[in-house]
Amino acid sequence: MMQIVLTVTAVVLSLAAAGAIVRIARGPSLLDRVLAADVLLAIFGAALCIDMAANRHLNNLMLLVAISLIGFVGSVTFARFVADRRESVRES
Amino acid sequence: MNPETVIDAVSAVFMVVGALMSLGAAIGLLRFPDLMSRMHAATKPQVLGLFLLLAALGLQMRTWWVWPVLVVAWLFQLLTVPVSAHMVGRAGYRTKHLHPELLSADELEAVVQQAARTHEADVPESSHDQGTQ
Repeated sequence: MMQIVLTVTAVVLSLAAAGAIVRIARGPSLLDRVLAADVLLAIFGAALCIDMAANRHLNNLMLLVAISLIGFVGSVTFARFVADRRESVRES
Repeated sequence: MNPETVIDAVSAVFMVVGALMSLGAAIGLLRFPDLMSRMHAATKPQVLGLFLLLAALGLQMRTWWVWPVLVVAWLFQLLTVPVSAHMVGRAGYRTKHLHPELLSADELEAVVQQAARTHEADVPESSHDQGTQ
């Protein structure tokens, strides 16, 4: 049963990652790309979880905690960058 | 029906549903029209998807000491995801990355316009540019 679950989740997560990458490539604005990169990070964490659960090891657990701790830094930085750039363009 | 089979089945269901959350987020990212509705779709794997997959991991390991670590991972995700969502939504609103006709209520508009007026009063030489927007 675990083999079937692993195959199904691998296919589903590959499709999801492909969709997020398409949005990163196409996204009309920088914020859409940042959001899609966040989703891609969540999909990566999901893949780590499924690998650990299916193979019954805990090698990636600390990596998962670190992702959930500092994963938000990138999008916060990008959001500040977007706001600041628009402001300076308007004032120049 | 022994409990091992039940636990395996429950964690298998959790894993498949948690993976489907990621797929739903990707479909939402591709199909939704603007940044705000895409942000709605993006939160699904970050909160519920991660919860389901961590629960599946805890059920599969069958040890008690791993559960506090999983709870810590989920709690940190719950604490940090709203911060990034707030910043992205704030920047998206102020740079006009939304379709105003899709909103049923816009309670932020008055605040932003008042802040713009205050900014205009502070910086008189740029008031001409802001008046044309």
